[in-house]
Amino acid sequence: MAIRSFLILFILFFFSSLNPILSLYEDQVGLVDWHQQYLGKVKQAVFHTHKTGRKRVVVSTEENVVASLDLRQGEIFWRHVLGSNDVIDGIDIALGKCHYPFIRRKYFESMESSRWADGVGIFSSGSKALKIITNLKIEKDNIVIIFSNGRLNAVSCIDGEVLWEKDFEGESLKVQQVIQPPGSNLIYVVGFVSSSLFEMYQINALNGELLKHESAAFSGGFLGEVSPVFSETVVALDSTGLILLTISFQNGKISFHQTPISNLVKDSFGPAKIITSSVTGIFAIKMNAVTIVIRVKDESKLEVVEKTNHETSISDALSISEGQQAFALVQHASHEIHLRVKLAHNWDDNLLKESVKMDQHRGLVHKVYINNYIRTDKSYGFRALIVMEDHSLLLLQQGEIVWSREDGLASIIDVTTSELPVERDGVSVAKVEHNLFEWLKGHMLKLKGTLMLASPQDVAAIQSMRLKNSEKSKMTRDHNGFRKLLIVLTRAGKLFALHTGDGHIVWSYLLQSLQKSKVCQHPIGLNLYKWQVPHHHAMDENPSVLVIGKCGPSSDAPGALSFVDTYTGKELSSLSLVHSVAQVIPLPYTDSTEQCLHLLIDADKHAHLYPKTPEAISTFEREFSNIYWYSVEDDNGIIKGHALRGKCTGEVADEVCFDTRELWSIVFPSESEKIIAIVTRKLNEVVHTQAKVIADQEVMYKYISRNLLFVATVALKGSVEIGSVTPEESWLVAYLIDTVTGRILHRVTHHGSQGPVHAVFSENWVVYHYFNLKAHRYEMSVIEIYDQSRADNKDVWKLVLGKHNLTSPISLYSRPDVITKSQSYFFTHSVKAIAVTSTTKGITSKQLLIGTIGDQVLALDKRFLDPRRTVNPTQAEKEEGIIPLTDSLPIIPQSYVTHALRVEGLRGIITVPAKLESTTLVFAHGVDLFFTQLAPSRTYDSLTDDFNYALLLITIVALLAAIFVTWTLSERKELQENWR
Amino acid sequence: MEKGKGIMGSGRRWAVDFSDNSTAPSSRDIPDPPGFARASVDQDDSTVSRQKKDAESNWKAQKAWEVAQAPFKNLLMMGFMMWMAGNTVHLFSIGITFSALWQPISALQGVGKVFEPYKDNKVDLLGPKLLFIALNLGGLALGVWKLNTLGLLPIHASDWVSSLPPAQEVEYSGGGIPL
Repeated sequence: MAIRSFLILFILFFFSSLNPILSLYEDQVGLVDWHQQYLGKVKQAVFHTHKTGRKRVVVSTEENVVASLDLRQGEIFWRHVLGSNDVIDGIDIALGKCHYPFIRRKYFESMESSRWADGVGIFSSGSKALKIITNLKIEKDNIVIIFSNGRLNAVSCIDGEVLWEKDFEGESLKVQQVIQPPGSNLIYVVGFVSSSLFEMYQINALNGELLKHESAAFSGGFLGEVSPVFSETVVALDSTGLILLTISFQNGKISFHQTPISNLVKDSFGPAKIITSSVTGIFAIKMNAVTIVIRVKDESKLEVVEKTNHETSISDALSISEGQQAFALVQHASHEIHLRVKLAHNWDDNLLKESVKMDQHRGLVHKVYINNYIRTDKSYGFRALIVMEDHSLLLLQQGEIVWSREDGLASIIDVTTSELPVERDGVSVAKVEHNLFEWLKGHMLKLKGTLMLASPQDVAAIQSMRLKNSEKSKMTRDHNGFRKLLIVLTRAGKLFALHTGDGHIVWSYLLQSLQKSKVCQHPIGLNLYKWQVPHHHAMDENPSVLVIGKCGPSSDAPGALSFVDTYTGKELSSLSLVHSVAQVIPLPYTDSTEQCLHLLIDADKHAHLYPKTPEAISTFEREFSNIYWYSVEDDNGIIKGHALRGKCTGEVADEVCFDTRELWSIVFPSESEKIIAIVTRKLNEVVHTQAKVIADQEVMYKYISRNLLFVATVALKGSVEIGSVTPEESWLVAYLIDTVTGRILHRVTHHGSQGPVHAVFSENWVVYHYFNLKAHRYEMSVIEIYDQSRADNKDVWKLVLGKHNLTSPISLYSRPDVITKSQSYFFTHSVKAIAVTSTTKGITSKQLLIGTIGDQVLALDKRFLDPRRTVNPTQAEKEEGIIPLTDSLPIIPQSYVTHALRVEGLRGIITVPAKLESTTLVFAHGVDLFFTQLAPSRTYDSLTDDFNYALLLITIVALLAAIFVTWTLSERKELQENWR
Repeated sequence: MEKGKGIMGSGRRWAVDFSDNSTAPSSRDIPDPPGFARASVDQDDSTVSRQKKDAESNWKAQKAWEVAQAPFKNLLMMGFMMWMAGNTVHLFSIGITFSALWQPISALQGVGKVFEPYKDNKVDLLGPKLLFIALNLGGLALGVWKLNTLGLLPIHASDWVSSLPPAQEVEYSGGGIPL
């Protein structure tokens, strides 16, 4: 009995140690994970006035973030990330009762409500706001006047109540400016009706009463925007863009004054564009690359004060004292930027003139905001906040960059990884090797911690030692493959290399091919691919990545390629293509220098091979007949498959250009099905085995194909927002399509369901997430696909002797006999992204990584999405690891990968295998970045980082000593026995 | 097994030497007890030694049979241990199974050694040996059966295909929604 109970205890202990622990301990936070917060490109910045005593700036960004930054360090004081539908049009700080920024955002068509929370008043109003006026007072209440969506609203600052509103919508007026002369209670609203009629409304700001309404026609027509120069004068351009119009509406009388630009500047540079600024008496026009700053004297006299080829930005006016306005002018000259601060009425003198050295990889200055402070000698000092072309934000003060923020990282388009250099002589290694004493001291501390002898100071020291482990930010490859470079491409066209150890920026490079130029007006960065992955015989080469971009949003815009070395961050070469880029197909072939072959398909369905070397062409021609490609036209609901036909003919003839022909097409009925999601397997995914062993030693053969495409379509009515259709008129159809032959392997309809669909494809299964209208809940479904034609390989002897053809290459044209298994479950969250863990050999079990609506990443074991789950699994099935079926998927709070953090504005989750089979690296990006390591089946193949080697050593020494002592004792005793 | 060996070994050590040549009265310092006729003992010496030999061989044969049956107890013991260990694979059950496999094998390797003490011209050791071997084979079979119930014998197709890599596909295709 005693033995049995001992046994049970032993088994219990054994099993409890096997139970997977997914969660982290508090002191493990930050050991392998890092989290970075960003804002995005700043659209508008408002400084807290020095009267309020706060040294902060409030910014709104293109990523729909409102944040308050500390001016000393640039740290985020508070931040609000609004949804992608809530575009911020402007912010302002209202003085008086409410000190908080007002956010105008596109929301609903009409004025809806206002909300006061967390230091931000969010005022929901119509689209495209133009102007906020905040310095008006009625009795003790401050009112805020907001113009948006053709409507002028006055809102009380106390409770957000709408005091009055004036609608210009009905009068077909295209409002250009809302001007408030300083110190008066009047508001001017100016705009155009059709293209040649100028209208002016004068309104009493306190009660919304219309005081005057004038209009005047101008035969030449108007072009673009108007810039206010005085409180009752604006400047506009005529429709040709060659004549400047000064429009004055003093005392309600509208008068035009024309000044041809050719009168101001000798040589013509083509049509001009007005750069609006709020500086009194000053405006700027831009003609091609030339910027001309013009001063308006009196009512109509124009005078050129500056003409420059340098890229120029002008800040808004800042009133520094009674009647005095200052503004900043930033000019970009190769390695420097020149900042000048001037008074509006005195162009010739500079209040401030500074030159700041600027990193070339920040590009040009896009925006500048100034703020003043009073120096100790009572004179004015100025600080300037500048937004650069790469979306970074810098604060300049006294000729220096006080701080900078890489806010471009808030808008990542694509991510890839690169290995670090191998450690060897000549490779710079961070200061890692510390002396033996330090090492021993560290381990003694750890030992103390293990034996619970550590004082609180010691505990803190241990924790900081663990966090600052310099091993993890070393610049060389490690044995476990945890250290890598994350190469990210941002919307600004900048490449960053982030170290996976601690997230620091190793290098950054502003791609010239993705910058605005004469040939390419609107370059767009598209994708990143691994171009050269050296291993084996090409070890000495540096790895490189391929960046693909194109000029402009149209489908036939020419493409641009850049090749960037990932060790140095230097551009190796760049190509501007003559053809467009509609598809990029990385081929699974490499040349002798380990350059990956890529096939670029243009809009005319010609295939272009890169690299353009004879070797690549010969490799390609060997595999020519086996290469196919497919295109998904989601607008028309057609999927087409193509094969290559031969060298291009006609004018595009080229060695590396190939014609293609259409093989098959799948046309979805346009009235009932609309493609909303397609997913394929990840190209670099490794699958360990083709067999799945189920209960009772049975085998199922997975249908593993690289050429499977998951397509989800919804009914046309169901492709709108959730809640607007009834379950009867909405359905969702999921397809599995072979992209070589066009064969539909599986089709399933979910009635009463609708999108959005998020899906992930891995091995032989696909998991997708959608909304079930009937159950009013989100659902997740899994489809697993198995190859039935292999199922009769049951003869053990044949398998033992290897007399089977299970591993011989197969053609997809051999008709596969597949069966699918599927199951659906309810899921509580709506989902932003789904990914799956990936490991080097594909042996470790998989976890789904679900980006939830709360901007967190949840790890969900794939075993929960096993279509073989039943309510009462048999003993054999339980042993296999099948979980009893439940109607919904469990959300275990400990399995949030992001633990207490949030990856605001989550857009994508990327998993990269580490060299260690048990571990996968996870990178989640949105406005914030988050990185961590995951071990879905725990780290079964390594000791943990905090493994105490000193304890092990001491234990061994103690054991050896004990053995020695007992040995001598027993010797002595034996001798005595013998003497007896 | 241990016991058997013990019996056999110690048997040798304290075996009474019946052939003690103490018939010569001169060698004896102690006079014969009164009424003891030495001649009656000494009569028919050869018969006595033959009887002695017979008794020894009988005893050896008996012991050999005992030794040969010893693994049976072991078998029962093993069976009990296996029942205790259960059918799930863990450290304990694997340990028991492997000891159950190892013991018969090592015993079979040492069959000759085990029966060496009982080697005699007159004793037929074939029977005990066969029984010993049979019982040990039975133990081995029990071990293998246990191994099978644990699912550790590669006799299913699944054991041979579970690490087969997926078949390569000849065709390659790529694409998607136009960029």
